[in-house]
This record gives sequence, C-alpha cells and structure tokens, in this order.
Amino acid sequence: MAHEHKLEIFRGLLKFKNNTQKIWGVLAFLTLVTAVEVVLGIIKPESLTGTSVLGMRLLNWIFIILTLVKAYYIAWDFMHLRDEKSSFRRAIVWTPIFLVLYLTFILLTEADYIYNVYKDGFVTWNF
Amino acid sequence: MSTTVTTGTGEKLWDGGNQPLGASYGKMMMWFFLVSDALTFSGFLAAYGFSRFKFIETWPIADEVFTHVPFTHGSYPMIYVALMTFILIMSSVTMVLAVDAGHKMQKNKVIWYMFLTVIGGAIFVGSQAWEWNTFIKGDKGALETKGGRILQFVKADSGERAALSDFAVTIPGDRVQHQNKNGIWFYGEGSMPSYSVNEVVKGFKENSNILVRTETINAEGEKTLLSREESLAKLKSATQVVEGANLIHNEYGSRLFADFFFFITGFHGFHVLSGVVINLIIFFNVVIGTYERRGHYEMVEKVGLYWHFVDLVWVFVFTFFYLV
Repeated sequence: MAHEHKLEIFRGLLKFKNNTQKIWGVLAFLTLVTAVEVVLGIIKPESLTGTSVLGMRLLNWIFIILTLVKAYYIAWDFMHLRDEKSSFRRAIVWTPIFLVLYLTFILLTEADYIYNVYKDGFVTWNF
Repeated sequence: MSTTVTTGTGEKLWDGGNQPLGASYGKMMMWFFLVSDALTFSGFLAAYGFSRFKFIETWPIADEVFTHVPFTHGSYPMIYVALMTFILIMSSVTMVLAVDAGHKMQKNKVIWYMFLTVIGGAIFVGSQAWEWNTFIKGDKGALETKGGRILQFVKADSGERAALSDFAVTIPGDRVQHQNKNGIWFYGEGSMPSYSVNEVVKGFKENSNILVRTETINAEGEKTLLSREESLAKLKSATQVVEGANLIHNEYGSRLFADFFFFITGFHGFHVLSGVVINLIIFFNVVIGTYERRGHYEMVEKVGLYWHFVDLVWVFVFTFFYLV
C-alpha cells in the first residue's frame, strides 16, 4: 500500500521530510497558537479590548480567527483532509460551514433583538 | 491513493468496489457522522451565543469563574484549561502517530501510541470532573436578589473579591435546617448555605471595607462596583445566599451560564469518555493482532478521526466558553 502524504504546511513555506516530523511540526504550531490565546486572554491588551470591529471587540475576533486556524490544522493534518480527494473534502467542510454561519447569523440577530426588548421595554428585570 | 486504505478486494463496479471519493465506506460514514455531530455541537454553541447576546450586559466573565488549579491556592485564570487543551491536543498527536504507525504495519508502535492516547484522554476526563467539582462547590459565595440577580462582594481597599466567610458574622440560632419530619407536607430542604442572608447583611454593615458588585458589565468590560450607600440599598432586595452553582442557582452570575457550562462541557466530556472507551477497545484489538491479520489498520484510522474530532470540538468550546 502506498501512503503518500502531502508534507507541506503554510502553502509550502514549511516542508517536512516525513509524516511523523510533520505531525510534531503541527503540534508545535498548535501549542504556540494556544499559548498566544491564553496570554492575550490573561493580559487583555487595552488596544485590543478598546477597539470594536463589526460590533465585537477586536480581541474576540482574534480569538475566533485563531480558533479557526487551529481547527484548520487539526482537520487538515491530524484528520488528514489534506490528503483526501478535494470533492470529499469539500463535501465535509463546506456543508457545516454554510449551515453554521446561517444558524449563528439568525440566532445572534434574534438574541440582539430580545436584548433590546428587555432593555427598552417597560418591565423591570433587575430588582 | 494517499492515506486511504482500501478495504474492498476489487469487486465489480456495482458491488460497492467503486470509490469515487477515494475513501472506504466505513471511513466515509465516520466522516458523515462527524459532520452531523459537528452540527449538533454548533447548535449548542449557537444557543449559548443566543443566550449570551440576550444578556450581553450581565454575562459572567469566564476568567473570573475558572481561576483554580489543582493542588494550588490563589488565582490563576485560564491556566488549567489551557493545560487541559494542551493535553487533549497532545493525545491527538499520539493518535495520529498511531495511525501513521498503522500504515507502516508497525504493531508495537501502534500499541504504544494507542496506550498513550487513552492515558491522555483519561487525564482530560479527570480534569473535567475536577473542573465540574470546583464549579459546583463554588468559590466566594454570593447573594441572590428577588429578581434572580447575583450580588457579589469586593474588598474596597484591594479590589479583590471577598468571600462570604471573610465578613459574615454568625448570629446564634438564626436559622435551622428544615427537615421533613417537621414539615406539614414532609418536604425537607437541601443543604443549607454556610450563612443566612441576615448574617451576611449584618457582617456587611459591620465591615466598611466591603462593597457590592453587581452583574452589570460597565464600559471597561468589568463588573460594576456599587458605592457603600448603593450597596446597602441593594442588599435589601437579597433573598438568599448562593454558594456554588447548579442548574437553578449560580453564584457566578447568570444561571444560564451554569446551565450551558454543564450541558456543553458535559456533552463534550461524554464524547471524550466514549472516545476513551472506543480507543480502549481498538487498543485491545491491536494487542491481540486483529488488524495484523486483517492486513490493514484502517480501524485505527477511523477511531482516530473520532478522537481528533473531540479535540476539534474542544478547541471551539475553549474559545467560546473560556476566552471570548
């Protein structure tokens, strides 16, 4: 049985000699990303919590983007989606992405509306 | 074809031997199960987002809730959860190494890596149990108002959180536990909190260094501190003492936070637990040489996919529960 792995990450910027080495490389990268998240979460730099992008703090956007980066490398290298046929990979990846984006959009918009109802309504909730 | 192991033995085109997606039936079904499971978890996390956006001004701040590390005292926000994340990622690595060794038909290596994966998973589940225990037992204690809002206490000079035991006084004979033998309808009550509301309020009045902190988050992203007079006025609406958290009361703030904590991390923990069990089964299969005789280790690859998925979900839970 032939097992060819694609041994490049970061679009070919980093090439590994064999699969085992690539696994450790990806681990190092994921650990680094987690460490950055934790450090940012503890110190909470003023410049990142103060600025708001699209209704959310910049820091939270950074967390979400870093999470997606981690998810990408777990799925692509640990679950070796990188080595699967592109049609298979797309069926797996795009279906949830589409549905989740849709659901999040609907629910968060609705929640924001309810927040305003509570806030501007004539009923006291804090007593 | 890449890492795929073909289980088919060259059947005819219409006998299931055809693999247009280059993946065996079992592996593909595992993937489709994972897609549906991912949607389940997304539903939970989206519901969490819904509740959070609904109460965006009063939601608890996670770093103030999860501050404990086993065997230590003091406040170390996030450290332990980060360690748990690392343990889970690490066990994902040993899993992928087991899959890799399986492709090369190195039985002993597969055994060792599977073993390490199971150990990592067990440590993670244990940590989660510890985390639950700490969360349920509670930290500093708080008062709950008529409207179900939580009032916490802060030391005015240092700005640190004050535990109820730091200032509450003991009023002898203030309140006894109601037991079902004394009740008309034979209903008892659960465990009593360490202090009654009167004891906390009296202690508050005697100690001028304590201030009340409400759930409301101010512009700086911190919980609002009340002045001494506002605090005394607010304390009048307190109805009960809350220590720790369950599905109905939660000393950390919004009770929905506790509900979602139990539900989402519980559902994830259940996945980890079942993953450990499945990994164990496969581990013993490897030990007795089932896959050696079968000629390929695709089963290890399939449970590996499940295991990585558990890790993947945790990455999201970690972000949305603890970081954001």
